[in-house]
Formats: sequence, structure tokens, C-alpha cells
Amino acid sequence: MKEINVSEITMTIKKLCMDANYYLSDDIRNQLLKAKEKETWDIAKGVLDKILINADIASNEKMPMCQDTGMTCVFIEIGQDVHIVGGNLEEAINKGVAEGYEEGFLRKSVVKDPIDRVNTKDNTPAVIYYDIVSGDKLKITVAPKGFGSENMSQIKMLKPSDGLKGVKEFILKVVKEAGPNPCPPIVVGVGIGGTFDRAATIAKKAVIRPTAQPNANPFYANLEKELVEEINKLGIGPQGFGGRTTALAVNIETYPTHIAGLPVAVNINCHATRHAEAEL
Amino acid sequence: MEKRITTPLTKDKIKDLKAGDSVLLSGVIYTARDAAHKRLVDLIDNGEELPIDVKDAVVYYVGPTPAKPGMALGSAGPTTSYRMDAYTPKLLDKGLKGMIGKGLRSQEVVDSMVKNGAVYFAAIGGAAALIGKCVKKAEIVTYEDLGSEAIRRLEVEDLPIVVVIDSEGNNLYKQGQNAYLESVK
Repeated sequence: MKEINVSEITMTIKKLCMDANYYLSDDIRNQLLKAKEKETWDIAKGVLDKILINADIASNEKMPMCQDTGMTCVFIEIGQDVHIVGGNLEEAINKGVAEGYEEGFLRKSVVKDPIDRVNTKDNTPAVIYYDIVSGDKLKITVAPKGFGSENMSQIKMLKPSDGLKGVKEFILKVVKEAGPNPCPPIVVGVGIGGTFDRAATIAKKAVIRPTAQPNANPFYANLEKELVEEINKLGIGPQGFGGRTTALAVNIETYPTHIAGLPVAVNINCHATRHAEAEL
Repeated sequence: MEKRITTPLTKDKIKDLKAGDSVLLSGVIYTARDAAHKRLVDLIDNGEELPIDVKDAVVYYVGPTPAKPGMALGSAGPTTSYRMDAYTPKLLDKGLKGMIGKGLRSQEVVDSMVKNGAVYFAAIGGAAALIGKCVKKAEIVTYEDLGSEAIRRLEVEDLPIVVVIDSEGNNLYKQGQNAYLESVK
């Protein structure tokens, strides 16, 4: 049994909150560079250039890439041989978020009650997912989620008879309806199967998978590729000003589902698709 | 070619701005987003004075990050504009002439823009560090309790924006996408 003190978790979360907001991942930077090469439309190239310049300013000056530093999504994979000591895990995570957002000059964007809407002033609570896995490691991923793109996400309970065609049509419909709103070029996270809630969860997990790493199942890897091509024929372009580059990637995750169902969740991410991870 | 424009947005300047134009904006602009818009429109509905003079003014839909020491403001990219749609026509009727945000607007907003001769600009969503650097001075005018959502008076220099909907109702989101699709036919 390996012991991990909650103070170490707090410190790690704090750093990851800042890192995810300051530094564009190499994975996304490469996609932007590739997209710029393939882009044929002038205004679109100009936007992609500014996005890359912005990422450089942010990392050089340790400034957030985007003012919407998001609601903090935290994914924790706990090895079953880990024993967490020194306090409560959830409190430790939220303490890390509060410290990271204060000391990192990040915006506090969370309201305590969805109707009453008073700001909690420290960006807590985080949205936390726990998975118990084998081993004695604790893996933490912090993914700040801006709501320009989150608001454009949708879920639908399709019928089994809607099949693959229905799934593709729904994904394209969500992207079209989102148009310029979610800061394209977007990364599209898709969850197919499971239950209502599981489809949404795996859609969110799909976008933290590196875009350069396709789904392990060749059928879904091909579907990811096909959907990026279809989306990039829509003409929405960077920021919706027109152009080829509407999506940088489509990442699909699936889960077994019920004989009567075909849930599909589409979680839209902006061109930064921020996340940072660490292992303890 | 970028057009250099300085606030206030008077009629003659607006006439020159067409959907698709790249603009470098300088001068004074005001920040306001969801909560501040609600308060402003509540004041209008109650027949009370507004805390800012909106005549020929430009409002920027932004909730910036806190300024680091030595900086006027933190990162300051646009937020999605459609959430302000319900409030916008009332501000346009009061003389507001420019809005900076990102994303689609409702038909009611576009109609009111044409009626009042106003312009809707987009800043690049997510280019917030770059945009923050164009802010030379920032001070809270009112609604400090709203934190990031407070109304701020910003002095900006060469803020890069694009005319999305001009005062005749031409819309870059439609025109740009159609023109691109034509080009690849």
C-alpha cells in the first residue's frame, strides 16, 4: 500500500490549474500548424496565426490563453493500492483549485447556485471524476472548461434503428448549430453508448485523449477521420469567418449500451482544448 | 488592409465599416456581459439614468482575468454574444453604436442594429492574452460586486477586431462561409 498525502495532491492540482491555462499542449499546437498549412482561405489563415501568437504570449508571460479559465474539470485515476492520508481527498482537490486560481491570476467563473447565481469567488467546486484502477499510482488530469464551447454541447437518445447514419447526422447537426460560437477550430468529443450520463462522461473524457492518438478500434478510428473531413467541408472556418478549418479533431469513445438505446453525446471544445496531467 | 478607427463611433465612421473589414480599434470602450446587461436594462425599464454614457459608445462583451502586477488588465477575449441578445435592442435604442463579442446574433438584434445604424464586431475568441496587451488602461466604473463582470472603462490601442454585421445588416458569418464554399466548388 502506497501512501499519498493530500497536501501533495493539493499542490499538484494548483500547478496543473495554472499550467493548463498558460500552456497550449504540443498536441493541439501541432494540429493548428497542420491546419494552417492546409488552409486555403486568407482570413482563416490570419485567425490561425493570431491563435498561435496568442499561445506564445500566454506561455512566455504566464498569462491565461483565454479569459474564460473555465469550470475546473478534474479527472482522478486512483490505483487500488494507494492509500490517501492526511485529510479528505475532495477537500484537497478543491483547495488546490482555489489556490491555483487565486495565485495564478485566473478568472473565478463559478456560481454557487444555478438560479441564484452568486460567485463562489475561488472557482470551486471542481467537477471531479474518480476512477479506481490497478496499481499504486494516482493520475490527475485538470481540464478547465470554458462555457462558450460547453454551451454548444448536446446529447440525444437515438433509437437503435437510427444506427451509424443517425449518429453521424447528429454530430454534424451539433457542429453546424454551434457555428462560430464555440471558438472554432473545435475539438469534438463524442460519447456513444452507455446510459444518458455515461455517454456525456465519455464524451468529456474523449477530448482529453491526445488528438494525434486515434480510437484503438479501427472502425471508430476511421469514423473519427471521416467526421473531421465532413466537418471541414461545412465552411464555418476559424471563428466562423469562413474557411476549411472548422475542426482540428474528432475523438470518439464508446461504451456498451442497452438493447433499446443508442445515446450520443457531443462535447464541443474550443481550439485550446486545455488540459494538463501529472502522476503521483 | 486594416482600417484604423477611434471611438466614439460616429455616423461617418460607421458608414465606412462593411462586413468582413479588419479593424484596429483605439480609444475608450466599456466592458459589460451577462449580469451587467441585466442591471443596465433594469435601469432603462425603470426610467433611471445609466451609469455610462452609451451614446456612440462601444461595449465589449468580456469578463477579463485579474491583472498581474504592472499590467492594466489580464487576458481579455470576447465572450459569446447571443446571451446579451435579449438586452441589446434597448441599449441600441439608447444610442449604443458598437458591440464587440463573438458568435451569432438574433434577428431582433440585427433588425435593431439596422434601425439604429450600429455595428457588431468579433474579436478572436481565445486570443485573450494578445487582446489583453491592447488594453492600456482599465478602471471599474460600477458594479464592482460582480467581480470580473463589473463594468470597466478600457482605453485600448489597436484592438484587432473584424466587422461581422454592418449597419446595413450584411453578415460575415453568412458571406464568408458562402464565399469560401464557392471557392472550393
